[in-house]
Amino acid sequence: MAPAFLTILLVALFPLAWTFWESLHLHDLRMPWLGRPFVGLNNYIDAIGDPRFRGALYHTLFFAAASVTLELVIGLWLALALNRAFRGRGLVRAAVLVPWAIPTVVSALLWRFMFEGQTGIVNAALLDLGVIGEPIVWFIQPETAWVPVILADVWKTTPFVALLLLAGLQNIDASLYEAARIDGASAWRQFRHVTLPLLKPAILVALIFRTLDAFRVFDLIYALTGGGPGTSTEPIALYTFNALLQNLQFGYGSALSVIVFLVTFGLAMVYIRFLGAELTGSRR
Amino acid sequence: MASVRLEGVQKTYPNGHVAAKGLDLDVADGEFMVLVGPSGCGKSTALRMVAGLETPTGGRILIGDRDVTAVPPQDRDIAMVFQTYALYPHMTVRENLAFGLRMRGASREVIDQRVTEAARALALDAVLDRKPAQLSGGQRQRVALGRAIVREPKVFLFDEPLSNLDAKLRVETRAELARLHRRLGATIVYVTHDQEEAMTLGSRVAVMRDGLLQQVAPPMEMYRRPANRFVAEFVGSPAMNFLPGSIVSQTPGAVNHRNTLGIRPHDVTLVPRGAGTLDALVDVVEPRGSELLVYLRLGTDGSGPELRAITPPETVVEAEKVVGVRLDPARLHWFEAETGRRI
Amino acid sequence: MKGRKLWPAVALVLLVLASALPFYWAVLASFTPEARLFRGPSLVPGELVLEHYRALFTQRNFWIPIRNSLIVAGTTTAFCVAVGALCAYALARLEFRGKLPLLGFILAVGMFPQISVVSPLYMLLRFLGLINTYPGLILPYLTFAMPLTVWLLVGFFRQLPAELEEAAMVDGASRLRAFGEVIIPLALPGLATTAILTFVYSWNEFLFALSFTLGPERQTVPVAIALFRGMYQVPWGQILAAAVIATAPVTLLVLAFQRRIVQGLTAGAVKG
Repeated sequence: MAPAFLTILLVALFPLAWTFWESLHLHDLRMPWLGRPFVGLNNYIDAIGDPRFRGALYHTLFFAAASVTLELVIGLWLALALNRAFRGRGLVRAAVLVPWAIPTVVSALLWRFMFEGQTGIVNAALLDLGVIGEPIVWFIQPETAWVPVILADVWKTTPFVALLLLAGLQNIDASLYEAARIDGASAWRQFRHVTLPLLKPAILVALIFRTLDAFRVFDLIYALTGGGPGTSTEPIALYTFNALLQNLQFGYGSALSVIVFLVTFGLAMVYIRFLGAELTGSRR
Repeated sequence: MASVRLEGVQKTYPNGHVAAKGLDLDVADGEFMVLVGPSGCGKSTALRMVAGLETPTGGRILIGDRDVTAVPPQDRDIAMVFQTYALYPHMTVRENLAFGLRMRGASREVIDQRVTEAARALALDAVLDRKPAQLSGGQRQRVALGRAIVREPKVFLFDEPLSNLDAKLRVETRAELARLHRRLGATIVYVTHDQEEAMTLGSRVAVMRDGLLQQVAPPMEMYRRPANRFVAEFVGSPAMNFLPGSIVSQTPGAVNHRNTLGIRPHDVTLVPRGAGTLDALVDVVEPRGSELLVYLRLGTDGSGPELRAITPPETVVEAEKVVGVRLDPARLHWFEAETGRRI
Repeated sequence: MKGRKLWPAVALVLLVLASALPFYWAVLASFTPEARLFRGPSLVPGELVLEHYRALFTQRNFWIPIRNSLIVAGTTTAFCVAVGALCAYALARLEFRGKLPLLGFILAVGMFPQISVVSPLYMLLRFLGLINTYPGLILPYLTFAMPLTVWLLVGFFRQLPAELEEAAMVDGASRLRAFGEVIIPLALPGLATTAILTFVYSWNEFLFALSFTLGPERQTVPVAIALFRGMYQVPWGQILAAAVIATAPVTLLVLAFQRRIVQGLTAGAVKG
C-alpha cells in the first residue's frame, strides 16, 4: 500500500510543487516588450510603495476584522441556541446551512440585487419602515458599499462558524454545568467560566479558518462590487488578479501573489503554533 | 490441529519499547496453553505475533512444522477471538460466520453446512439473520466463537475473550470453552490477565512479566511450586504472604543471605496464643461465606509485618485479640531476597 | 421560565428568516417580469412569468455551463473520493516515519491562497495546452480538493476499530480485500459526506474557472452567471433565474444530507 500511496500523493502534489517553484521564480520580469530582465526585488519595493496595494491591504484587513468578528459573535450565539434540543432543530440547521452551500458569486449577486439602485428591496424596506428618508445608493460611496459586502459574507459563512462552535459545545461534559449550578453560578457565570474556556480550541479553529478565508476573499467582491466604487473595496486578492490577468503585469502580479502567500502563510504559522499548543495541552 | 512453537521471539517497537525479550514456548498439539500476566507484560503482543498481526523483530514462530514468522495472517490457518469480538457490524450473524470460509473459496454447500452446525452448537440458530448490534453481549461472544470454529483452523487464539462479560456469564462461558476444547481437541493459545481463568482453563499456564516468561507449568504445579516470587504472588487468591527472614546455615563460616519466606493464606492456621509458630494481633476479619479471611499483624503488639489467613467459617476470632499462628512447614516457600528465585 | 424558553425560539425564527430571505426574494424576482423588478418591489408575489427562464435557455444556451459544471464537478468528486480514500486509509492505518509532517503538509496545501498559484498554473496549463479544457479545470481542482478529502476521510477511518481489519485478515482476507469487504461498507457514510462536500466545492469554485477558461464553451455555472451581460442594462431577471438553477442541485443535496454534512465538517475540524 505504501508505494501506491506515495505515487498517488506525488501526482497530486506535483502541480502544486511546480507552481510553488514557479512562483518563486518571479524575479524574472515578464514584460514581453522588454524581454525578461532580472530586476531582483524591485517588484516588491514597488508593491510596498504602491498606494493602490496599500489600500488593498487595508481593505482586506478591515474586511477580515469586521466580518470575522461578526461571524464569531453571531455564530457563537447560534451555536449556543442550537445546542439545546428542540423540535425543528434539523430544519433550522438545514436552513442555515444552505447559504454556505451556494456558490459565492451567486450569493454576491443576490445581495447586490437586494441593494441595487434606488428601488432595490432593501431601500424599499428601509423607506417603508421609515428608517431613512430617501433611498441610499449603496454602491456609489465607499462607506456604504462595504455594508452589503460584509453582510453577504456574514450571511454566507456564519453557518460554518456556528457548526464548528456547536461541535465544540457538544464536547463539553454536561456534568460540568451541573457542578457549576450546584456551586451557585448564574447562567452568565457558567458561560464565562465553563463554556468559554472549554470552547477555546473550537473558537481558535473557527477564528483561524475564517481569518485565512477572509484574507483570500475574491469571488465575493468580484461579483458584488468589482472592487468599486473605483478601487475602494478592492482586496489584495482582487488587485493581484487584476494585475496578473487584466493588466498582464506578470512580474508585478507574481510579486503580489507571493506577498499574499506570505501573509497567509504567516497567519497559518501563527495558527499552527497556537492551535498546536491548545490541542496538545488541553486534550488527550 | 497443530503445535505452536516460539523460538527466541523478540519484539522491540520503533519507539524503543520492548514487548518481548526472548520467548521460548512450546505448545503441544491439542494443548490448552494460557498466557497470563499483568497488563503490559507482553502477552497480547505474543499472541498477536502468533497470529501474524505483529512481526517479531527476532526469533521464529512455527505452527506445526512450518516457519510462519514471515507469513501474513491470512495464510496461517489460524482463528482468533478478539477481546471486543470484532464482529463485522454490517453483516448478519450468518455472514459473519461464513466470512472466513468465503475468503478461502469454500463451496456454498460446505459453508452452509458448517455455519448451520456451528450455529446449532452455539444456540445461535434463532439469530442467524440478525446483525451484531441486535444481539446481547453473550450472543456476540458466541458469534465470535462460532466464527473461529467454523474455520476449523490449526490453532485457536483467544485474546481476553471473557473480560467484557459480567461475572455470571464469565463463569458459564469458561465451562463452555473447556467443553469445546475437549470436544474439538483443539490447540488453543489463550491470553488473560485473570489468574483464576488461567488456572481453571489451562492444561498448562505460562506466566509472563515485562516481556519474559517466568514459568510454564501445569496449574497445580505452578500453585505448589512457583518458580519465583512473582509467580507465587500472582497465582492463587488471596495472594501469598511474604515475610522477610533468612535461612540460617548450620555450616560454620557460611554466609547467610537474606531470604523471603512465602506462605499461602490457606496454609496458615489460627491456634490459641502461644501454641503456634508465632503470635499475631488480629486486625480485620472478613466473613466470606465459605471461609473467613483474617488480616493479622505479627507480634503481640501487632507491630510486625502483615499476614493473611484463611480459616474455616466457625473459627472464633475477634479483632484486637492476640492469637497464635501456625505455619505448615510442608507448605513453606523460600525465595532469594534479591532475585526472587525459588530456593 | 417560560420567557427564557421563548426568547431563543423567537431569535431562531428571526435567524431562519434572515437566512431564507435573500433566497425567497431571488426566487420571487426570477419569476417577476423585468419591468416590475425595480418598480415598487414587494415581498408579496404579484404577476408571475417564466420569461427569464425561457430566455436563459433559448437566448443564452444555459445548458452549456450546466453541462460543464456537471462534468468538472462530477469527475473531480469521483477521482478525489476514490484516490483520497486509498490515501486516507494508508495514512490512518499504516505506521511510517514522517507521518505527522506529511499530514501537516497536506493540510497546509489546502490552506494555500489560490490567487498565489493562478499565474504559474496558468502558464503551466498553457504550456500543456490545457487552457479552456476540462482537464485544465479538473487537475487544479484535484490539487485543492484532495487535501480536504484526505483530511476528512482520515478522521472517519480512524474511528473504525483496527480490530475489524485484523479479524478479517485472520479470517483469510488480504489487506486489500479487508479494505473492500469490511472498511468500505462501514465507511460509506463518510465517503458519501466527503463526496458531497467535494462536489459542492467544485461546483462553486470561481477563481480557477474564471482564469482558466476563455469562453462560453467551457465556462462553468458560477463564471457564466457572473459574466452575464445585457445589451443595455444588467439582466437581473435572467441572472436571478440562473442563480436559482445554479443553486437548486446544491441546495437539494444539502437539505437531504444536512446531518451528514454537519458531521463531516465538524469531525474533520475539531476532532482532528
